[in-house]
Formats: sequence, structure tokens, C-alpha cells
Amino acid sequence: MNIWNDLFEQTRRDLPLILPQVELAFFGLGILLTDFLLEERFKWVNAVTAMLGVGFSAYALWRLHGVPADGIAGFKNSILVDPFFVFFSFLFLASAALVILISVRYMEIEAEHHGEYYALILFATLGMMFLACGNDLIVLFVALETMAISFYILTGFLRHDRRSNEAALKYVLLGAFSSGILAYGFSILYGISGSTNLASIRATVEQRGPADVLVLLALVTVAAGVFFKVAAVPFHQWAPDVYEGAPTPITAFVSVASKTASFALLLRLFLTVFWPVRVDWTMLVAAVAVLSMTVGNIAAITESNVKRLLAYSSISHVGYILLGLVAANQRGFQAMAFYLLVYAFFNTGAFATVIVLRRKGVIGDEIDDMNGLITRNPGAAVLMLIFLLSLAGVPPTAGFVGKLLIFWALIESQHYVLAVLAVLYILPAVYYYFRIVAAMFVRESTDTFHPRVTIGQGVALAAMTFVTLAAGIFPDPFLRLATYSLLLPFGH
Amino acid sequence: MALFDNQHILSTILFTPLLGSILMLFIPRERANAHRVVGNLFGFLGLAVSLPLLWRFQVGQADFQFTEVHSWIPSIGARYSLGIDGLGLVMVMLTTLLGAISILSSWKAIQKREKEYYLLFLLLQTGMLGVFMSLDFVLFYVFWEVMLVPMYFLIGVWGSERRLYAAIKFFLYTLAGSVVMLLAILAIYHNAHTFDIHEILHSPQTMFSVQLQRYLFWGFFFAFAIKVPMFPFHTWLPDAHTEAPTAGSVILAGVLLKMGTYGFLRFSLPMFPDATNQFRGIMIVLSLVAIIYGALVCMMQKDMKKLIAYSSVSHMGFVTLGIFALTPLGIAGSIIQQINHGISTGALFLLVGMLYERRHTRLISEFGGLSTPMPNFAAIYMIITLSSLGMPLLNGFIGEFTILRGTFEVPHYGMTWAAWGVLGIILGAAYLLWLYQRVMFGSVTNPANEHLPDLNAREYATLIPLVILAFWIGIYPKPLFRVLDESVRQVVEHVNPGYYQAQQAAELPAPAARPVSPAAGQTSSSQAGK
Repeated sequence: MNIWNDLFEQTRRDLPLILPQVELAFFGLGILLTDFLLEERFKWVNAVTAMLGVGFSAYALWRLHGVPADGIAGFKNSILVDPFFVFFSFLFLASAALVILISVRYMEIEAEHHGEYYALILFATLGMMFLACGNDLIVLFVALETMAISFYILTGFLRHDRRSNEAALKYVLLGAFSSGILAYGFSILYGISGSTNLASIRATVEQRGPADVLVLLALVTVAAGVFFKVAAVPFHQWAPDVYEGAPTPITAFVSVASKTASFALLLRLFLTVFWPVRVDWTMLVAAVAVLSMTVGNIAAITESNVKRLLAYSSISHVGYILLGLVAANQRGFQAMAFYLLVYAFFNTGAFATVIVLRRKGVIGDEIDDMNGLITRNPGAAVLMLIFLLSLAGVPPTAGFVGKLLIFWALIESQHYVLAVLAVLYILPAVYYYFRIVAAMFVRESTDTFHPRVTIGQGVALAAMTFVTLAAGIFPDPFLRLATYSLLLPFGH
Repeated sequence: MALFDNQHILSTILFTPLLGSILMLFIPRERANAHRVVGNLFGFLGLAVSLPLLWRFQVGQADFQFTEVHSWIPSIGARYSLGIDGLGLVMVMLTTLLGAISILSSWKAIQKREKEYYLLFLLLQTGMLGVFMSLDFVLFYVFWEVMLVPMYFLIGVWGSERRLYAAIKFFLYTLAGSVVMLLAILAIYHNAHTFDIHEILHSPQTMFSVQLQRYLFWGFFFAFAIKVPMFPFHTWLPDAHTEAPTAGSVILAGVLLKMGTYGFLRFSLPMFPDATNQFRGIMIVLSLVAIIYGALVCMMQKDMKKLIAYSSVSHMGFVTLGIFALTPLGIAGSIIQQINHGISTGALFLLVGMLYERRHTRLISEFGGLSTPMPNFAAIYMIITLSSLGMPLLNGFIGEFTILRGTFEVPHYGMTWAAWGVLGIILGAAYLLWLYQRVMFGSVTNPANEHLPDLNAREYATLIPLVILAFWIGIYPKPLFRVLDESVRQVVEHVNPGYYQAQQAAELPAPAARPVSPAAGQTSSSQAGK
């Protein structure tokens, strides 16, 4: 039974590398077990358990933060634990924690407060973390599907809501389609290299060169699959419907964590496997980025639903982040990491404010529902203002620093036209974000409801506001964090 | 006290208003009067802490003073770096003075949501002061954009009927210019490897190639031209000025517009001298068009506030004319004219605001014969009108005259340019006096105007300082010229290096060739001003 011994040895040696994920899995399964014992009014205990899981996982992750820059490979080189993984995993855990905090009240109001909800959040996070450390096509694909399937269920979690069901169905169908395309690309990569390991595939791609048809085909299919996951134009159509239909905390989770995880996958693939053929994809990514900014910003102008508006705006943010990849220099990668880091906080913040407005009988996600918020709940209005300013990229907020770095990277890599386009797209963005601002601060309210903030929401909002402002006024620690992840081993 | 020594005083001035607005967060919103008191307190405190600059400022020192440098974002090379020269000093003083006055003028005008109003106003003060003090491009840009948000709210919440439209228009226009400037700033870093304004200003002039200078010039141009506003970019101004509450209009006209001209003087001229010389013709033409066009549009206005708003276009045209004349007199005059514009247009907005508080209308046709019920108001209004149209012994004359003389000196075209400028002055006198005549003279035709109360103590307090300044600059502007002298010389040496040599050479052969300004050194300009 040599194979069992081998497996046992392997696991014993490499378990610490995947301990964060393992803990998440345990806590997720634990929630499923204990959920039966809980009465309806004690369902919030599940959230506490989930938070504990995130906490333990974060601690295990913290013990990995000193890994060398080129990473530690494990499980027969199928995973690679490097600063890139640690950075992104912290980001996933942070967004999971924020989402759990803003979920409790919301799911109570929706009367769908079940343990599976939190378990699925943990499983999705687990998938994302494997996505960030996968060094093998199979691991990457399984991780991606773990994440995606959790999200399909979470999107449709409001069983009695037609919009939620519709969104879930749409998400599943289009998601499956895109996974298929991605798998097709993976199969070509396997076909040309005879290996699923990223390093050996890279060697083959390098050898075949940028003009090879099969490499090109693999590049295009993989890119299409990943662009779908990050909701870049022209693969974005699912985003507004899913964002609108999903429970709002899940909308935040999809728009932040799922997107960040897909970006981790995209960076991992483009900076290892496809780095030798970057002449092929620079223009492709640039075109997708410009299209995303254009469609996202223009479509958002006329939206009257805040969640749909934020969906389109997040498409435009994808465009900005992709520009960092186009620049493909040190500053560009730093910009991407920083942008994804702070985006997770201020974008979740914007959704959290929408959640505060949710109450029995009123969904509260239309711009008109925001009217006069400043008199009804000044705190929420001011926080929303901060998040919106950050989304728009107005100093002194984190969003400004993120955009500044992106522009800077573009200037350094001499993409002047892209830089000018990118700055000018701030204008429509400010216009539509300020429609919400005007509703909150200028318009009179017809509504006498004074939204209250629960403790969980309060903690989450405080954390998100802190990061949004701190990373805007004193961005240095956050920049160093982004530099830490800086994908140094890749592509050089 | 450590807060007030020369290394920290700028920070103290900068953050005093911010402290006030943070303090207000903790006062419950129902206590409107507490907010009024705290707002005014910090408005005046802001002015008070800036006063020591006046006697500590070393006249004749070429470098920036009161400098303060701290590490801020080392990983991208941005620093917290403050400092002022003569130009910065007058802008800071103008900001603190007008800030205090406009906060005082809001006491009765603002009757809703006082907490946010005063809080935002103080925030706006900090933003504007930061723009004039920053010696680091990133810091400068942050302040430049930060102040857009409070201004948006001041117009959008407390403005008149079309306030939302005006507010977002103001925001988007200004933002459009500034985001392009952001790219130019990054391009500067890419070539100079620093964000340090002081270092870039004092580096050899060949820092940027001529080709690059052209791009950078236009990159900065849009930001500044929209702010000033120069002719084709002025359309946000009438809306914003008209819709804003009185204090907002005062600050808009008095300080915000100056950020554009300040930008030209601080960055465009000294940093991109070749490009400036190359595009100067376009700038001059745009300035002249603004002067004439602005004045003509004023003639047609039915709304007093709109009239004054358009008069800003015309007056700021003079300022840019003086700047792009590229002579010491032109530039010194343009800075003086910026102050004048802050004083007289600020005061005009205050006066219109007082009428609005009494009658809730700004239509010229609603008034007439007001000098009968409000004689003191009429007197002050007369002084300000005269100051605005350039009457000798008042401030406007000094500015306009110096600008025109500076323009006149320019070889070849100077005379033509000055001639068009003079036409603008005549038109300016026409619309301002005509406005005065329609509002003030004659008999009271509208019964609603018969018993309007005259100025009260608070209104006097807002107007008297401006009247005193108008007379002071009009009668004895020499100290002001001396403060500005060194800054002006620095700018001219960068952008027009041949000027001073030509001056010295011209002094040797005794009979001066040109009819005007025999041996006009930059110090004698003050006497000429009288």
C-alpha cells in the first residue's frame, strides 16, 4: 500500500499550506450540522460560527505570511503558496467577514435565515482561496467551480422572490457556458503541453511562440472564460440581472470577492502561462478594458435602481483594473492589487448602505428610496457619500489613489490614449454617482422611515469606512501591502 | 507657541477651519444657533491665525517661506509640503478674509440645515487654503479636488431653483479639467522624477523638452481655463454663481476663480515657458474675447446676480490678459486685479444677497429708487460699483491700469491688445452704472420697496472691511506691489528671460524709444499705479 503511505506523508507535510482552507471547510460543515439544533430566533449563531471560521482561517493564513517570494509548492506542485496567495486570501476572508456581518439582519427580514447560507459563503471563500493558490489547471478549475456553484445557490437563495430565481437561473446557464469555454481552453493547453502544471505549460507556450494557432486559441478561450467571471464587456450581460436579483449581501459578495478571485485567476494565468505571448493579449485586454469602461459608464447613467447602477459601475471598475494589466509594469500590478484591495471595502460599503434601507415590504434599492436620507439617517447618508466618492475616484478616498496608480502605470508604459480615455470616463461616473448623492442630500423625503443600523452592520460599516478613508489619506501601509503581493516571481 | 512658529503656522491656518467642522459634528443639529456661532467663530479664527503672516513675511526674499515638509506617501514620493511666496500670501489672506466675511453674511440667509452648511463651508476653506499652500503636486491635486465636494453641496442644497443642475454642471466642468491635469502631473513626475513643486520651479529651464511642454501646457490649461473661467469654458459660471447662496457666490467669485489664475502663474508660465510663449497669442485672444463678450452679455441681463456673474467673466479676462502679456507689470497687475475682483465682486454679491434677503427677488425690474429707503446701502453700493469699474483712487483702477500698461509694453501687438482691453473697461462702466441707475435712482416705483430697512450692524461688518481695502489698494498699493515683486520677477525670469536684460540695455541710451514707461523698473510700478 505504498500509495497510501505516500498520500499520508504528503498530506502530513503539506497540510499547513492548506490549513486556512481546511478550517473554512470544517466550520462550513459544522454550521450545516448545528443548524438543525437552532430555533428560528437563534439563527444568528450560525453567523457567529461563520465569523469564527473566518477568524481561525485568517490566523492560519497569518502564519503563512512569511513565505518566500517565489512561494512554497505543495501536493506534488499542484498548489503554490506565495505572497500573492496570502494577499488575495486575506482579501477574500475580509470580504467574507464583511458580508456575514451585513447579512444577519437582511436575511431575517427576508425570512430566509438558514444555516446553509453561511456555510455556502464559507465554501465559496474556500474556492476562491484555492483559486489564488492553484498551480495546476485541474485545481484551478475545481476551485473556480466550487466558488461558482456556491454563488449560483446563494444568488437564488430567496426562494420566494421571482427576481432572485431568475437571476440564479441566468447565472447558472451563462456561468456553465463560460466554464465550458474555459475548460476548452484548458484542454488545449493540456493538449499542447501534455501537462496540467502551469510552469510546464508556460515552457511549452514560450517555445511555441506568440504566432502559434493553438496558443492563440487557448488564449482566446481562456480569456473569454475569465472575462465572463469578472464581468468584463462583452461578457457582462449577466451582471446587472444577477446583482439586482441576488440578496444584497450576496450582490456585494459577487461584485467584490468573486470578482477579485477571478482577477487572481486571470493574473495567475496571464502572468505565468501567457506571459511569453503578451504581445497577443495586450491589445485584447486593452480593448476589453475600454469597452468595459464605456459600456459600464454609459449604461449606468440611466439606471434608476441602485443595485443595477452599481452593477454597471462595477463593470467600469473592471475596465480600470484591467488597464493595470495592459500597462504590465511594476506600477500597474501594484495598482491592480491596491485597487482590488480597497475596492473590496468601498464597494461592499455601498451595498451595505442599501441593505440598511431594507425593511419589511420595501426593498429600498431604487434611487428614490434614498431621498432625504440625510434627515432620516445622517450617518448612513454620510457613509454612502464617502463610498460613492471613492467609487468615483474623488480624493481623499481610496478610490482616488487606486485610479491615480492606474493612470500612472499607463503613463509610465506610454499608453497615453488609454490614459486620457480612462480619466475622462470619471466624468460620467461622477454624474451617475451624484444622482444618488443628490437624492440623499438634496431631495426631500416622502418617507418617514428612519433606517436603523444594527451592531453587525455598524462594525462592518466602520471597518469599510476606515479603510476607504485611511487608504485615501495615508495610503502608504496599503501600498506596501499591495507591493508585498506584487506578483514579483511572475513573468520575470 | 509651537503651533504658531514659522514652521507650523501654515498647517495651523490650513487646519483651523477643519477643526471647526470636526467640532460641529458633535453638536446636535437642532441647535442651529450653536452652529452659527461655531461657524463664525472658526471663520474669524481662521482669519486671525493667518494675520501673523502679514508681518512675518520677508519681503524681497526669492524663495518660498514658512515651509513645512513631512513625509506623507513615501512609496510614491508624495510629501506633505507647504510654503508660500508673495503670490501665495495674498491668496491665503484673500481666502481667510473672504471666508470669514461670507460665513458672517450667512447668518440670516441660511435658515435650513445650518449644521451641514457651516461644516461644509469650513471644509471648503481648508480645501482652498491647501491649494494655495501646497508645494507638492499630489497634495495640490488632492486639495484642488477636495473642495469641489463642499461647493457642490453649497450650491446644490442651499441654492435657488435650478440648483441641482448648476451644482452638477459646476462639478463636472471643473472635474473635466482637473482629471486631465492629473495626467499632466503624472507626466511631469515621469520626466522630472519628483512631485516637488519647489524643485521643479528651481531646476534648469530645460527640464522639459519643448514638445513635452506643449502637451503639459494644454494638460494644465483645461483645468485652469475652466476654473478662471476663460472664454469658451465659462458656461458653468453664470449658472453656478446665480444659483449658489450669497456666501457661495462670494467664495466662488472671490477665491475659487483665482485658483485657475494662480495655477497659470505658479505652474504653466514658469514650468512651460516655451509653450507659453508659443500659445500666448491664443491666450490673449481668448482673454480679449472674454473681456468684450462678458461685458456685452452683462448689458442684456435681467437678473442682478447673473449680471455680476458675467461681469466676472469680463474681469477675469483682464486678469488672464495681464498674465499672458508676460511682462512684470502685466503680471503684477493681474495679481492685484485678482484681489480687486475678490473684493469688489465679492462685495457686489453680498449687496445683491442683502437685497434678496429683503425682497426674495433678484430681478432688476423689481427694484428702482432704492436710494431713498436705503441711503447707506446706496452709498456703499456706489463705492463698490466705482471700484469695480476702475475709478481712480479705488482698487479697480490700479489693477486695470497696471495690466493695460503691462500689455502696452509688449512689442508689436501690445497697443492693439490694450486698445481692446480699454474698450472692455468702457463697457464695464456702462453696464455697472446702468445697473446702478436702474436699481438705485429715480423714484420708488414698486410699493414693496418703499420701506426696505437699511443696512444693519452685521451687514456693515461684512462690507466695511472690503470698502476699506478698496480704498487702501486704490490710494496706497505700494506695499502690495512690494510683496508681489519677487514672485513676479521669478515668473518673468522663467517665461520671458529676455525682458530684464532688455530693460537694462534700454536704460543706457538716454532718450527712451517708447512713449510709455521710460525706465520702468518693477519697483517704480507702484508709483505709476497712482
